[in-house]
Amino acid sequence: MATVIDAGAQAHSTDNTPEAVVVRFAGDSGDGMQLTGGQFTLSTALSGNDLATFPDFPSEIRAPQGTLFGVSAFQINFGSTEITTAGDQPDVLVAMNPAALKVNLPSLKAGGLIIADTGEFNKRNLEKAKYEVSPIDDGSLAKWRLLAFDISALTLEAVKPFGLGNKEALRCKNMWTLGLALWMFDRDRQPLIDWLNDKFKKNPVLAEANIAALNAGHAYGETAEIGGQVKQQHLPPAPQSPGLYRTITGAEAISLGLVAGAKLADLPMFFGGYPITPASAILHYLAKMKEFGVTTFQAEDEIAAVASAIGASYAGSLGVTSSSGPGIALKGEALGLAVMTELPLVVVNSQRGGPSTGLPTKTEQSDLYQALYGRNGDTPMPVIAARSPADAFECAIEACRLAVQFMTPVMLLTDGYIGNAAEPWKVPDPATFTPFPVTFLTENNAPDGGKPLPYKRDEKGARPWIKPGTPGLMHRIGGIEKAPDTGDIDYSPAVHQMQTDARKDKVDGIAHHIPAQEVSQGTQGGKLAIVGWGSTFGPIHQAVRRARAKGQDVSHIHIRHIWPMPANLGDLLKSYDKIIVPEMNTGQLKTVLRDQYLVDARPLNKVSGQPFTIAEIEAAIDAALA
Amino acid sequence: MNEMTTIKTTLKDWESDQEVRWCPGCGDYAILKAVQRTLPELGADPAKTVFVSGIGCSSRFPYYMASYGFHTIHGRAPAVATGIKLANPELDLWLVTGDGDGMSIGGNHTMHFLRRNINCQIMLFNNEIYGLTKGQYSPTSRLGTPSPTTPLGSVDRPLQPGAFALGAGAPFVARAYDTSKNLTDVLKAAHAHQGAAFVEIFQNCIVYNKDRFADFTEKAVADQGQLWLKNGEPMLFGSVKSGGFKGIALDTEKLALKVVDVAVGEDGKPDWQAAGVLVHDVTNRGVAHMLVELPMGPFPVALGVIYDDPRPTYEGAMLAQDEQARAGKTADLAKLFAKGQTWSVAEEDQGPLSGV
Repeated sequence: MATVIDAGAQAHSTDNTPEAVVVRFAGDSGDGMQLTGGQFTLSTALSGNDLATFPDFPSEIRAPQGTLFGVSAFQINFGSTEITTAGDQPDVLVAMNPAALKVNLPSLKAGGLIIADTGEFNKRNLEKAKYEVSPIDDGSLAKWRLLAFDISALTLEAVKPFGLGNKEALRCKNMWTLGLALWMFDRDRQPLIDWLNDKFKKNPVLAEANIAALNAGHAYGETAEIGGQVKQQHLPPAPQSPGLYRTITGAEAISLGLVAGAKLADLPMFFGGYPITPASAILHYLAKMKEFGVTTFQAEDEIAAVASAIGASYAGSLGVTSSSGPGIALKGEALGLAVMTELPLVVVNSQRGGPSTGLPTKTEQSDLYQALYGRNGDTPMPVIAARSPADAFECAIEACRLAVQFMTPVMLLTDGYIGNAAEPWKVPDPATFTPFPVTFLTENNAPDGGKPLPYKRDEKGARPWIKPGTPGLMHRIGGIEKAPDTGDIDYSPAVHQMQTDARKDKVDGIAHHIPAQEVSQGTQGGKLAIVGWGSTFGPIHQAVRRARAKGQDVSHIHIRHIWPMPANLGDLLKSYDKIIVPEMNTGQLKTVLRDQYLVDARPLNKVSGQPFTIAEIEAAIDAALA
Repeated sequence: MNEMTTIKTTLKDWESDQEVRWCPGCGDYAILKAVQRTLPELGADPAKTVFVSGIGCSSRFPYYMASYGFHTIHGRAPAVATGIKLANPELDLWLVTGDGDGMSIGGNHTMHFLRRNINCQIMLFNNEIYGLTKGQYSPTSRLGTPSPTTPLGSVDRPLQPGAFALGAGAPFVARAYDTSKNLTDVLKAAHAHQGAAFVEIFQNCIVYNKDRFADFTEKAVADQGQLWLKNGEPMLFGSVKSGGFKGIALDTEKLALKVVDVAVGEDGKPDWQAAGVLVHDVTNRGVAHMLVELPMGPFPVALGVIYDDPRPTYEGAMLAQDEQARAGKTADLAKLFAKGQTWSVAEEDQGPLSGV
């Protein structure tokens, strides 16, 4: 989405073709809905539409079949115009069983289309979904368009020639459905067929069966067996800036950004991680990128993951660790050690709903306080937040840059939504990045030729990075307070004051080495600013766009550098009459802004595990300007 | 340790300029000197030597060594050391920990460090007490130990670090005590071992657990109280002067070790064979387990190299795997970024040209 030219006036809408469509695939967690959604996403991207996705799945790997809590859904918003959210309300809901229908129906747009597999609307499944009567028969779906037919039977029929068992044959249902969806939006099937052939290359019969199901679903639409209910729609490509594109998820983007960051710093990367949802995907990706000088280590716990990364940084690699809130909590003491020993470290927090185990697979932005303040002592640490999958790439590079240039741990905040969601990404040219190669200290830096000074600060307040193994520069570091320059243990009152100030000044000073805060939409100064951070970018952006189109005086400010904040942010905020801070928490950035700038920032909070809808933010704008 | 060019140093070269701040009479002084004496004998290079520690009295150790050093946080030294070793396997790594740091708060890391087999010498100073926090009982404190947190005596069974290490899969387990003249030899054996070499050093905390090990370290009882093990030699202890030669034999019925009296033969030497005394085999893991668990009193304390059976190190295996994965591949960022299915948008049409 970041690379899409703002369509605005040049909307592609002709006849009744909408600018954008929201489709939600919902089924049992074993129905392959994430896979269906992922492939539909790819086909959408290949057709040139802009898109944003929202995978929404339970934390159970295979929840009991047919249950309400076992429903897994994948929502995609795509169109001929700029797309920045996964969409407020689906236009189309594909429900593979009664539970999927029940859970997802409330969000379906009035007049929207339901495609339901009647083969699964049997007594047992209806009971599990707590339906007394089948909603297909009792008229309760009257406010929507209903397309109910036996996808299960049609799939079995389509794959009959391949002699699969009943269970295996039914697993092709998702491809049948995908085939129908491809027909609905006039998509080329070939990339999917290629993908299936590749996926099942060891089992060609399964490939054939899945392709047959895909084709059958497509043909079902084409031969108009579905009556006048559904018309094929072709959404023309969204205008995009020229270049090569691919789709990317946040987890992929962070992995690539970290690899690029290490390369720009001219360092090998060491990644210490411990499995946790939704952060594990980063460890998975990096484990396959060894040729880029990446060493990955699955540690025994979160503490060992960060501690090993600190050890690797000490030894001259770029140490990186990643987790989600509960794991970051465990890493807290070690982060203090990294602050105290002033070693570079990148810490990725893929936030999820909290507290405690909370909502492992749902999204939230409630670790902002943790990132800023969640350590003992005065322990300042730069914090950067990504706003979208594609933006996460640049944020990861920025985190690496700050870590090595300022000899400090840096926290990179993302969230479950960004991590799993996909969007088109303009493939960058590595040659366009500015390298920031690290220089290790190799000669004694003591002016008098005395013992080396590992805590002698440069003009930015950063200490030198000395690799063990360097002759003549032997020294000791640790978590105890230390004297300036020599780093020798010293916890005398004046030294602790001086060093606490020096650590704070160093991090505060980063404000002068990051871009000034821009207004991402609207004007500097005005009646209302919507100030956001992280993944709320999409809905805020669209809501402000719509409000401005209506003539409302509202601007959007999106903060990437959460700590330290850009030097001009305070003055900028004070140029608006009102400030609203939408957050998926109970008001954390709002409090930080009030604290830092004494501005009357007002909260707009949502902690349901679901992203903001555009409408929710529009309503807040209307209320504020009323 | 690693194969490295040996360099010439003296004990002085290993002393940092920092004032040593342990309590006068602390066993740590003797260990520090033993290490500073050992390193020149190994031809070690201070620039390539790194001491890593956690928290506690023992963990101040790195500050007193004129090498590289990292004083980390409570219990986490093994994890930090793992990262150091994986980032630079050339470094000669020493880990300094204590019974609280390594067996309690950092027990998990110690276990996995030993299991993985990181090439490193681990010195666990066991004084059976928390010293730096002023005398609370530790996981190795003997049953009934009175302390500020156990005023009526501790009731939990103490942990045997040697047994813990063997159980975790350590390929090298040795024991010594702070003032022993054999400590240097034990450290040298640990250094010679290519892998995680675990050395438990009984250390006298002069303030909070004074003379805890006196019942086998004191001169008067040393002869009968200490069993110094040497590979290929019989497990003999004692002397005629101290009450007779004794040895360790196998009680085949109970499948346990037992102490047997050893008579002096005609040649004036102990006739250990007649008494069925076992010959120490450092690769015998089963016997090693029995040796570290021998209860003091009925048995002497087993000291020296108890177990030494090298196997491939973690960093060796992992970095070899990394190399293999990298072989024949170039680190092409442009190619990496453009991986998967891509499409192009041209200037003029603002639409897709091709789906690849």
